[in-house]
Amino acid sequence: MKTITVRYFAMFREHAGMDGESLSLDADTAADVFAATSARHGSTEPSGHCKVAINDVMADWDSPVNDGDTVLLFPPVAGG
Amino acid sequence: MIEITTSAIDPDELRKRLFDPAAGAYCSFEGWIRNENEGQAVLRLEYEAYEPLALSEGEKILGEAQQQFPHLQAHCMHRTGLLEIGECAVWVGVSSPHRDEAFQACRYIIDQLKVRLPIWKKEHYVDGHSGWVNCERCAKSA
Repeated sequence: MKTITVRYFAMFREHAGMDGESLSLDADTAADVFAATSARHGSTEPSGHCKVAINDVMADWDSPVNDGDTVLLFPPVAGG
Repeated sequence: MIEITTSAIDPDELRKRLFDPAAGAYCSFEGWIRNENEGQAVLRLEYEAYEPLALSEGEKILGEAQQQFPHLQAHCMHRTGLLEIGECAVWVGVSSPHRDEAFQACRYIIDQLKVRLPIWKKEHYVDGHSGWVNCERCAKSA
């Protein structure tokens, strides 16, 4: 198990009812973290439209996560 | 450079930053708050940004534009917080030796900003409900 800090933004924050949380997860990749948090908070947003960052660096869904990482989950963006 | 602000954007002040003796062309884009989206009457918009990455990703985009178009000066500012109809949400300005590169670079920057920066907008509708732009649509099509 790894301790991962997850941060939620915009719609994800509203779904989760919190800015973030620390979770013990059996996760190898960012996609695993996304799946675990989606299940935990009942989100149906597909990951394909979303973005992820690990420790403040933009990442891919197959990027590995390590014990102690902070994973930022970004719902579909809409700037401008 | 790119900036994120909670204050009103002042395009006249921003364009002065792009003055350059080598520039013969200036081009800017302003994104304004519109009173409707997809048939729904919009009252106001609320923007949220994750600033550390919005700034670093924005700088990357400006750098890409400067690589594509030599001698380009580029600047961008994005608002966050609650915005009313008609307010400027985003401003992009560029100057370059010739107009063709200025038009192309300005277009490149705004197009990339819209799809890459971690910025979200929530529409508040006249009928009282609200929704995050793009998320609702994705959820419906999922």
